[in-house]
Amino acid sequence: MNLLRLSWKNLTFKPLSTLLSIVLFALGVGLVSLLFLLQKQVEDNFEKSLAGIDLVIGAKGSPLQLILSSMYHLDAPTGNISIEEIRPFLNPKHPLIETSIPLSLGDSYRTFRVVGTSTDILDFYDVSLASGKVWSQNFEVVIGNTVAQKLSLKLGSTFSSSHGFLEDENLGHDHTDFKVVGILASSGTVLDQLILTTNQSYWLTHEHDAANEEAAPQEDHADHDHDDHDHAHDHEAVPVTLPSLLEEPGEKEITSLLIKFKGRNFQALNMQRSINENTDLQAATPAIEINRLYSLMDTGEKALRILAFVIIFVSGLSIFISLFASLKERQYELALLRVMGGTRATLFTLIILEGLLLASLGCLFGLLLSHGGMQVFAGTLEKAYGYTFSGWTFLPQEWYLVGGSLLLGLVAAILPAIKASKTDISETLLKG
Amino acid sequence: MLSTHNVSFSFASTREASIHLNFPDFECQTGEHWLLLGQSGSGKTTLLHLLAGLRTPQSGEIKVNNTILNQLSGAKLDQFRGREIGVIFQQSHFLRALTVGENLAMARQLVALPADNNKIKALLEQLNIGHKFNALPSELSVGEQQRVAIARALVNDPTIILADEPTSALDDKNTEQVVALLKAQAQAANATLLVVTHDNRLKNIFDQQIEL
Repeated sequence: MNLLRLSWKNLTFKPLSTLLSIVLFALGVGLVSLLFLLQKQVEDNFEKSLAGIDLVIGAKGSPLQLILSSMYHLDAPTGNISIEEIRPFLNPKHPLIETSIPLSLGDSYRTFRVVGTSTDILDFYDVSLASGKVWSQNFEVVIGNTVAQKLSLKLGSTFSSSHGFLEDENLGHDHTDFKVVGILASSGTVLDQLILTTNQSYWLTHEHDAANEEAAPQEDHADHDHDDHDHAHDHEAVPVTLPSLLEEPGEKEITSLLIKFKGRNFQALNMQRSINENTDLQAATPAIEINRLYSLMDTGEKALRILAFVIIFVSGLSIFISLFASLKERQYELALLRVMGGTRATLFTLIILEGLLLASLGCLFGLLLSHGGMQVFAGTLEKAYGYTFSGWTFLPQEWYLVGGSLLLGLVAAILPAIKASKTDISETLLKG
Repeated sequence: MLSTHNVSFSFASTREASIHLNFPDFECQTGEHWLLLGQSGSGKTTLLHLLAGLRTPQSGEIKVNNTILNQLSGAKLDQFRGREIGVIFQQSHFLRALTVGENLAMARQLVALPADNNKIKALLEQLNIGHKFNALPSELSVGEQQRVAIARALVNDPTIILADEPTSALDDKNTEQVVALLKAQAQAANATLLVVTHDNRLKNIFDQQIEL
């Protein structure tokens, strides 16, 4: 029977009061740790997908929305832009631009977004193929690792996409069979969650829909879309070399352009202002918009963090109160410990141990709560945002949380411990 | 051996008046069984607390086995008490979260003795409560609690056993039994036994008596 066991038995002897203190403590610690985890993982995810992109060009609208939809594949795209408008930026001879990647957005397959783009995007994000080959023909798709796993798609699997980002059968493009030709290695970037194909496939699926709608009432109505329709079905049989977007007709549309500059010089920085002021296009800098997003999140996070610390403070108070109250009802026990040879230091240590036990159990359960919760939550977050979250990562800040918890347990126990050590044994025993 | 010399103690009974107690000198040799008789208010519990080192006398000297008790202080006094003096109080109190066995083990470990569950079990057997080893104190009858209290006072093989009114709540039959038990255990341990009481039924059982 050492003191630690005695303090443990004392706590379990009053399970309800002990439970209350531990639950309160766990809630506070859990909330703080959950905030740490979320913030860290959101920032990690964002930073991984930053991929050195200097500028994003798209339709006018909210710059944050443009960045979110084009780089992080969250939120809806701002609208479309015509090839005509962006032709200069597609030109490989542009003096400032090293690479530009056209994106066509707006369709999805079972909540995973279909992105029409060029194969340069793989170099941007530094992602390699795990199997198969890159897309080179219309309706060939390369799928991210997560997509392959979640949807059990393999090389050669076919599917048709649907309009919008919701899983809605009614919005399906009926006859557009995408065929998986490659699967990407897992990279932790947004590409894990995407289905990549050519920009032209996008036009074909949408024009095909238009053709179908028009064709339904009037069977013999034929327009230029019909060629594309045939093409859509023949794409396996007759491989063609796709023209670069530069050579496509000016009225065709894409959603946005990701741009990497040759160097971050004055001219390059000026390009953004000039686009925004002189054209119908919008140019946004990812780093600036993401920082704006962080500062938006920060306000909410600050409020939650304050709440969490208030809960932790209250839980410290609850430890203090429960220890202090318990002294009165067990003063005879404390006196008895002295009669049996226990010293003042023994009583002091006993109460301190009880405080530390409560705090460390609360902290332990709090961390379990946040990490377990995060793990459970990760599935929902992944579904909603397409990013990977995990509960089983531990952050260095959490050691401070553990240290802080123990300190709080110590502080909460110190006054009761002093009072316990000053118990007048004779007086107490006389009261019997 | 337990002896007192010129011991006095005073404490405030009301705000103005204070009570001053002078205790008679006595000397109990090792292995002797003594009875300390006194009416309520005569200060006999106070004397017991002084003898156990729970209070410090205002003057005089209390000697336990050649150690002057009132010259020890702090942790030394606590450890000396735990090791050398077994105390049985009028009302039995225990560490309620611990079982009977754990209560006795705690008493040993507080003075850095090994728990020694075999010894504890044997002691409880002698007191006919061996089957209560794993029981919580709250699950015991008053009589059983008193036996556990006796076991706790004996578990460290003290040289002095002090008992405060151990029979006040008992009928004649149980009184005889408890006193017999105390005397037998004290004898077995060769410890000095001092029973403090106002219970006149015990007068005939003890040869050596002090009256306050």
